[in-house]
Amino acid sequence: MKKETWTELAIGALNLQAGNSVSNLTGTWRSGRKPEFIEDNCIQCFFCWLYCPHFAVRVEEGKVTGFNYDYCTGCGLCAEECPTKEKAIVMVKEETKIIEEGKK
Amino acid sequence: MAKLKDLAQMEDRLVAGHGMCLGCGIPLIFKIILRATEDPLIIANATGCLEVCTTIFPRTAWNVSWIHSAFENAASTIAGVEAMYKALKNKGKIPADKKIKFLGVGGDGGTYDIGLQALSGAVERGHEFVYVCYDNNVYANTGGQRSSATPLGASATTAPSGSKSPGKIQGRKDLAQIMVAHKIPYVAQASPHRWQDLYNKAKKAFEAVGPAFLNVLCLCPTEWKYDESKGIKLAQLAADTCVWPLYEVENGRYKINYKPKQKKPVLEWLESQGRFRHLFKEENAWIIEKIQQDVDRDWEWLTRLAEISSRP
Repeated sequence: MKKETWTELAIGALNLQAGNSVSNLTGTWRSGRKPEFIEDNCIQCFFCWLYCPHFAVRVEEGKVTGFNYDYCTGCGLCAEECPTKEKAIVMVKEETKIIEEGKK
Repeated sequence: MAKLKDLAQMEDRLVAGHGMCLGCGIPLIFKIILRATEDPLIIANATGCLEVCTTIFPRTAWNVSWIHSAFENAASTIAGVEAMYKALKNKGKIPADKKIKFLGVGGDGGTYDIGLQALSGAVERGHEFVYVCYDNNVYANTGGQRSSATPLGASATTAPSGSKSPGKIQGRKDLAQIMVAHKIPYVAQASPHRWQDLYNKAKKAFEAVGPAFLNVLCLCPTEWKYDESKGIKLAQLAADTCVWPLYEVENGRYKINYKPKQKKPVLEWLESQGRFRHLFKEENAWIIEKIQQDVDRDWEWLTRLAEISSRP
């Protein structure tokens, strides 16, 4: 994201682009585990939506339809609070690529 | 009664891409509170986790008008905004039927400690605004220093546990009671695990005529040191042990919103978090005993107040 210089910034330290944090993909922090949605077990209680700190539960036309992995950090609150006997959300292992940054 | 399904389809006033920790309790609280009013909203946010993490330059996670004020004066800022709104309404520059809601927000550091004077002044002047304190018991944003909301025995970086110290040796300040003493129309204590209760309280706060104050327990896996997926279970435990009673005070009348069927020993709460781990050493047994006594005393006091309030 290009940062504006002092001559370009709005006077008064204003940020007029409400909600532009969506370009910050918190899903890149996720390491090791991610939630998996099993639709057949879902009773649409919306607890996962409620307890997701990173707004990563996808709701489409009034239904929970899975996760937005761009934002999911893999905390596991959704799977923990999923109330069904056969869980509709399980945490699974995830291979992560470690990108080594070049030494300066 | 509100349904989660309906709330989920409302527009997000706080959006994704904020930088809060894994399993953080703050977004859970504000997800509900920001949906408790449909009126336009102006927020003044004291320095703290929520402020820092949602507005990392050049981004913002807020979809509503939002002002960052310094650590100490979120309440003064929002009071000023509210006063200006009234003045503009009197001059006819804002239509008489246009409603705007005002919200001041701070963590326990910005509310219990640094912002207390500004908050006290703003509510004393009777500005019509809601103040929400998300209380995670510690200055989490700056590395876990003790605040006056840190409970007895908890280890914090400026009250560390070790051979010479059992963690913090003072108890918590009871902020909700301080706010009740201001004789404002609405004061409540809530927790994210009972979302319906939190939603109702936020709604009442926004509809109150005069200042309203909400103190909400905020989960903090980073500083409390627990498995971040267990947060909601912990909030439940806080209510079941009466460490964090859920109650409201409407025009001076107390009402307890959740009474555990069987009050759990405070030991279960202490066992669940790393910040209390050192208390299980032999020499610190007195602290656990003292914590239990304090919790019992406060709960007894609260139930009596509720009992008196229920009389005609």
